[in-house]
Amino acid sequence: MKITFWGTRGSLPAPLNGAAVRRKLVNALVKAAGLGLDTPEKAEAFCSETLAFAEASTFGGNTSCVQVDTGGQDYLVCDLGSGAREFSMAALARHGPGSPQTYHVLLSHVHWDHIMGFPFFIPAFIPGNRIRIYSCHPRFEWAIRNQSHEPCFPVEFSALSAAIEFVPLEPGTPYEIAGATVTGMAQLHGGDSFGYRIERNGTTLIYTTDAEYKPDDIAQMERTAMFFRDADLVIFDSMYSLAESITLKEDWGHSSNVMGVELCQLARAKALCLFHHEPVNDDARIEAILNETLRFEEITRTGDRLRIHAAHDGLVLEI
Amino acid sequence: MTISEATLGGAIIVSAQGRIDMSNSEDFKDALMAALAGAGAAVIVDMAGVDYISSAGLRSLMIALRSAKAEGKAFGVAALSPLVLEIFTISRFNLVFALYAGVRDAVAALSPDSLGQFDAS
Repeated sequence: MKITFWGTRGSLPAPLNGAAVRRKLVNALVKAAGLGLDTPEKAEAFCSETLAFAEASTFGGNTSCVQVDTGGQDYLVCDLGSGAREFSMAALARHGPGSPQTYHVLLSHVHWDHIMGFPFFIPAFIPGNRIRIYSCHPRFEWAIRNQSHEPCFPVEFSALSAAIEFVPLEPGTPYEIAGATVTGMAQLHGGDSFGYRIERNGTTLIYTTDAEYKPDDIAQMERTAMFFRDADLVIFDSMYSLAESITLKEDWGHSSNVMGVELCQLARAKALCLFHHEPVNDDARIEAILNETLRFEEITRTGDRLRIHAAHDGLVLEI
Repeated sequence: MTISEATLGGAIIVSAQGRIDMSNSEDFKDALMAALAGAGAAVIVDMAGVDYISSAGLRSLMIALRSAKAEGKAFGVAALSPLVLEIFTISRFNLVFALYAGVRDAVAALSPDSLGQFDAS
């Protein structure tokens, strides 16, 4: 499977502003002083090899949208946050508007940051395209139809030209979708949300966002570890620190990097990807959280090493 | 994990040893709550013998801290090993709990009337 992240922020888009770009530039120029970076190649090498990721790039600001390439012709994507617009533009650039495609969409839930990209999902406007939207959430069809409605949006859902189907799923039941076997799991989140286990040819991806995991709920930990079991990659809501998720933001429906590591270790998963980044956190903060998570994994490791990533818009992972 | 308890005037010192994780965090919480019920002024958790604490153990500490605040009692955590301090820092619990380098520091800060008894013990 190839996983492409088009949107990785939680709750709200968080675009990099001019002041932040300026700070990165100033920092890079100071660090480059005297290094004779007089060709694009030398500058590129400096950015890649000397600067930290957060200094040379950005984690991005789009909300949840993750493309899963299962090897077939159809597209499979998890959630339709603001990252869905860029995903759709990339798909159109690849095929052109005159080449109809089938898009399979798995919706975790219908909070705004997970569906806000659909009104700007260009394939929905093009006749011949087929869009199948799946979810365990009981109101997903209602939410998708009604966000494209006056006075909040000028283009009515009924004006969309693609063939759009809504396919309800039951948690715990495996379904064949886009060449993969997909099983949903109910998660702890206000208004309900659902994680998905996506399997194909012995490779397993877990997509679990907008999910709160309680460290002292042994039944939930064991149930989740079973759902995550032996996964090759777990894309995990790590919006808060553990302390935040247990104190001020308890019952806000999100989890932490520490819980991600503990659950993956319990499930013998191979890799964890921190996801649904807190929009308040800047690039340096997210990179620091990644480094702390790497260290936490190291000091708590009892078996094989768990690989750790922090998702960023544009990240591609092969599993 | 093993737990022992000592009373010093108005303070109770709870000393934990070993690993605190999902398998025993409930016992840890019960010990902390029992100490809180018996303490006049403060509970100090001596972590010198703890080599690992998981999220479940941290939550037990958090529940005890909440109860202490509700009862108007002081609650401190002392003598963290470097590794356990790292876990507190990564999870941000270093910002939640009153942490002390040693048990004596905690007694001096949270129950100064017990300091003489601590030094004599």
